[in-house]
Amino acid sequence: MSDAAISLRGVTLMRGDRPVLTDVDAEIAPGEFIGILGPNGSGKTTLLHALLGLIPPASGTLRVFGAPPGRAASAIGYLPQKRSSLSDFAMRGRDFIGSAVRGERWGVPYLSAADRRNIAEVLDLVDGADLAERPLSDMSGGETQRLLLAKALLGKPKLLLLDEPLMSLDLRFQAGVVSLVENVRRRLGLTVLFTAHELNPLLGVMDRVFYLAYGRAALGAVDAVMTSEVLSRLYRTPIDVLRVGGRIVVVSSHGEMDIHAHHDHGHDHGPGHSHA
Amino acid sequence: MGPAIPMLEYEFMRAAFLAGAIVAVVAGSVGYFLVLRNLAFAGHALSHVGFAGATGAVLVGVAPLWGLVLFTLAAGTAMGLMGDRLRGRDVAVGIILSLALGFGVLFLHFYTSHATQATSLLFGNVLGVSLGGVRDLAILALVSLLGLAAISRPLLFATIDPELAEARGVSLRLVSVLFMVVVALAVAEATQIVGILLIFALMVGPAAAALQLAGGFRAGIVLSVVFAVGQTWLGIVMAYVTDWPPSFWIAFLSFLTYAACAAAPRPLPGRR
Repeated sequence: MSDAAISLRGVTLMRGDRPVLTDVDAEIAPGEFIGILGPNGSGKTTLLHALLGLIPPASGTLRVFGAPPGRAASAIGYLPQKRSSLSDFAMRGRDFIGSAVRGERWGVPYLSAADRRNIAEVLDLVDGADLAERPLSDMSGGETQRLLLAKALLGKPKLLLLDEPLMSLDLRFQAGVVSLVENVRRRLGLTVLFTAHELNPLLGVMDRVFYLAYGRAALGAVDAVMTSEVLSRLYRTPIDVLRVGGRIVVVSSHGEMDIHAHHDHGHDHGPGHSHA
Repeated sequence: MGPAIPMLEYEFMRAAFLAGAIVAVVAGSVGYFLVLRNLAFAGHALSHVGFAGATGAVLVGVAPLWGLVLFTLAAGTAMGLMGDRLRGRDVAVGIILSLALGFGVLFLHFYTSHATQATSLLFGNVLGVSLGGVRDLAILALVSLLGLAAISRPLLFATIDPELAEARGVSLRLVSVLFMVVVALAVAEATQIVGILLIFALMVGPAAAALQLAGGFRAGIVLSVVFAVGQTWLGIVMAYVTDWPPSFWIAFLSFLTYAACAAAPRPLPGRR
């Protein structure tokens, strides 16, 4: 299907000499919200980098809006996992977002009146109008995340690649970021790929889950992928999937360890959780 | 303002103010990106590599400035090629820095009247800059400022958002090399004022202070330049008044400026 937002056919991705994903097929339709899950090192970030055109597939065909990844870069908004180290500085939100404007051209940076309007617009989309004038050093974790999301929305992308936007946010901020992304996706009709360590914050919001583990991948509805059968095949070891009060917990059948580890007091979140 | 007029009757004082201003403009603006890119230590190391070049140049009868430029350019290009891998390599950088200093000492050993030469290389000698020296500094300054202006937009993009910049066609390696070439020239210039050991005072202090205060990119560079020129000129004046070395005053004022900016409360609306 050439009208897919993203298509992978027999794609193998390498990090140096190490294969990260092997022979993966997947098709993602425009407007879908895809949660990318999987253990550390399973290739979530590598996949996003490949979609940006930073890592060419070792084999197979990768298409973004029907074109090779590099050529679609201007249609992609990206929120990196590696946070910039600027949080000590007084740089204002507007200038931080503006650093990407025409950034690929030589010369001195400047923001035209139209650029400023565009920046104000993306900040409005994330309810962050006040962040334009605020220094980075004064922003909380949640505010920084909204600023980064606004930055990813600059330039009217059709596809958002969000790499661990929930990392190091506490639970109540996590729910806020997820519903914010969902609102923006609906309003702008974006395709969203959202990597996360934990599935539960994305339940009820994502259309499908793209689960990566040990080089293999499964893409499908949550109920179809988050099963003992599918995950045991990916992990090549017996896996149990438990449903506890509306939450999904993945454990190795050998131990009691939650494979997605660290939501220290995750169950405080309660069974009656609601994700808008 | 008693001493202000008589001070300028001396040619060496006029040359010092001119040279100080030229170099401070370069150091302030290049330093802004150096601090933003978290490469302050690389700038420090570059100056030490330059020491070997400067003493080597003296040995073969060339002006130390050109030996400095040659060595910092070579080392800067190598660092630029390493790009991101430079970060976290403090040990390797530090060992190469010591090696360069060691060679500098060796070259000095072969050069007979080394004591004053060594002191001015290590700690700077702004009062010893000739009018011809000012001209050389102006040419170097022009080259590095034009270079910085040409690369500053992709440099900012690559600094803040490297993956996206690369995806949009910015060559991170090219930007990194070009920037380190500009840094190399700026370092070579700054050593003429504060010497290789006090390079932080001119290239890092004012920029780091400006980044604590300025919200905008342009405001940041302007403030960094204002701090650098201000502390250099005031340092020269204080040296004239007290007869203490100008490099001491510049380093001291750099410290004061940074400390004041780092401690300054920011008048902001409360957190939400």
